[in-house]
Amino acid sequence: MPETEIVTTSPFLHHLVFGLYPYIAVVVMVVGSILRYDRDQYSWKAGSSQLLRSKGMRIGSNLFHVGVILLFFTHLVGLLTPESLYHMVITTEAKQVMAMIGGGILGSITFIGMTILLVRRMTDPRIRATSKFSDILLLWLLYIQLILGLISIYYSSLHMDGSSMVALANWAQHIVTFRSGAADFIVHEPWVFKAHLFLGLTIFLIFPFTRLVHMLSVPVKYIFRSGYQIVRKRGRGY
Amino acid sequence: MKIRAQIGMVLNLDKCIGCHTCSVTCKNVWTSRAGVEYAWFNNVETKPGVGYPRDWENQSKWNGGWSRLGNGKLKPKMGGKFRVLAKLFANPDLPEIDDYYEPFTFEYDRLQKAPEVHTPPTARPRSAITGEVMDKIEWGPNWEEILGGEFSKRSQDYNFGAMEKDIYGQFENTFMMYLPRLCEHCLNPACAAACPSGAIYKREEDGVVLIDQEKCRGWRMCVSGCPYKKIYFNWESGKSEKCTLCYPRLEAGDPTVCSETCVGRIRYLGVLLYDADRISEAASEEDVEDLYQAQCDIFLDPHDPEVIAQAKKDGIPHSWLEAAKNSPVYKMAMDWKVAFPLHPEYRTLPMVWYIPPLSPIQSAMEDGRLEKSGVIPNVHDLRIPVKYLANMLTGGKEEPVVHALERMLAMREFMREKTVEGISDLDILDRVGLDENTLDDMYRIMALANYEDRYVIPTNHREYAGDTPFDNEIAFEQRSSCGFSFGNGCGDGGQTRTNLFGTSTHKNTMSGRTRS
Repeated sequence: MPETEIVTTSPFLHHLVFGLYPYIAVVVMVVGSILRYDRDQYSWKAGSSQLLRSKGMRIGSNLFHVGVILLFFTHLVGLLTPESLYHMVITTEAKQVMAMIGGGILGSITFIGMTILLVRRMTDPRIRATSKFSDILLLWLLYIQLILGLISIYYSSLHMDGSSMVALANWAQHIVTFRSGAADFIVHEPWVFKAHLFLGLTIFLIFPFTRLVHMLSVPVKYIFRSGYQIVRKRGRGY
Repeated sequence: MKIRAQIGMVLNLDKCIGCHTCSVTCKNVWTSRAGVEYAWFNNVETKPGVGYPRDWENQSKWNGGWSRLGNGKLKPKMGGKFRVLAKLFANPDLPEIDDYYEPFTFEYDRLQKAPEVHTPPTARPRSAITGEVMDKIEWGPNWEEILGGEFSKRSQDYNFGAMEKDIYGQFENTFMMYLPRLCEHCLNPACAAACPSGAIYKREEDGVVLIDQEKCRGWRMCVSGCPYKKIYFNWESGKSEKCTLCYPRLEAGDPTVCSETCVGRIRYLGVLLYDADRISEAASEEDVEDLYQAQCDIFLDPHDPEVIAQAKKDGIPHSWLEAAKNSPVYKMAMDWKVAFPLHPEYRTLPMVWYIPPLSPIQSAMEDGRLEKSGVIPNVHDLRIPVKYLANMLTGGKEEPVVHALERMLAMREFMREKTVEGISDLDILDRVGLDENTLDDMYRIMALANYEDRYVIPTNHREYAGDTPFDNEIAFEQRSSCGFSFGNGCGDGGQTRTNLFGTSTHKNTMSGRTRS
């Protein structure tokens, strides 16, 4: 594959992007989020535009959110479960098939939802006028990332032995456990995986500067609130 | 028993002339900002009409308020906690901005800067959201002003309920009244219950319901939860906002802006004491017709020594207990029974109460169209149907409304006899169970309505929040500090124009400048 060769001609760039960039991205995400929460909590919100136009939200937003949340967690489990652990229940080959089918289904669901949301954001005059630069950028990045992910299913199908999957998982596991040489695992992987990884890391990087922060505020506490009402006593701080 | 105090409000609809001064002054103070141009924390609607947002009273459409389950427990009508969370991605119970109206401003600039033209330049409306010219303005905070629009549309008004309403479409039988509306600062707020972030809370010391703008994440569930549709989603900031009962003014002992500026002197503010332990009991009363009485039952007599003793134990300051004794709200709601909650059937236990309007009766009396039962005109012959008022104020129960209207008619009749003829006709008072002292009090507060009788507001005692009865540190710690602001407002660092975490997309168009 010629594309792969182009990238590998610059080992420095490869190590920068897949060896160092992950740490930069995650640090910016964590520190940035803490800073935003601490310094500018008034800007911390879901950023719903449903009030201005509810058309397309019912299907688009639900499909997108359900799809993308499941994709996120399946990626997390798929990439970070050590080989020795999942071999107890499934072979590498079978896991790849499962990932391709599962990812394909979830990806398609998300694709439908996102297409609706993207068309809405770009063409509805109200939504367009109230979109921040970051809203539009983020939506396009996620859309491209999703399409790259769907394309990667084809590249996976070129070798059903699970080698690409194992390489990517090794990369991820080495990154999160701070082991050196993580980038070496994916030197020879097809371009689409590298692009998908790079864009994914970039989304981590811009996370604190976009509305993505609302995912950190999933109101789990609501379920455990005793009763429904909240009464605040007067006192310091309020 | 756990006694809490609340600042309640009464609006005397009998005197409301629909001038909208309350709405405009409120707007100038609170919602003259980008994102909330469409929001009126206070608006005055013409009734009968479907109101603002359209058909807000119809909870089978919006699912606001509470519903009572078979076991007597209450659940938000929009669903329990899991149902609420399932609506986060797309909320099926959320009004669209067109249900309120698309905010706009006029091209005032054109009137001054248009080149020489054959026809006079016009100032067309432009959307505050898109900046586009709008063909037509479709709705507003009082679109049905003075019964504007066809009766067939206005009669969708929820308050007609099961009434035979067609005759009220005839010119001879038509009726109207004004309904000024603001946040009810409920004892059992459904907005707070629906807020997944826990950003909405009720203040213990004065009962004001507020949204913590820092904690709000813009999940917009409160907008659906509130049956009065008095929570507004700020599309610019992405956070919900609501009437604050002008708490910075209340804390200083001043009335709210809407009350202060009311030219008809229809608004009253005063303290009510209630038993916080009985809130759920009152709100879950089975029969909706009994909800009004159930709410009255948890209010406590501020003159009762036992109540005073317990209130002191529960930390209510002395000045508040004194204010409760002189509270015009307590007098009108509890002593005289002339004020009623708005839509008690939503089970939120609202704390903004209304005195029902009498209809213009002078000409009807002269024409002999109005039957008198003894000395008092028969209230069932009044122009505004009692059933309509009852559907609005008592969950459909007519007796309390009739009783109140009779007392108001008796007051007029008695004072007319007294000032015109110079005789005190105690028969009139006997019929409605009043004595002359009470009537004098009623007349002074309801008819004369002097400033100091309308607003009996104790100042807030911040210092009581400390461990000692008067904590100096707490009392003075906020002195000379930041006032009311949004975000980093006047906090350290000041407002930054560029901001990594998102700048605003819209400048304020409330100045009359169109969005370019």
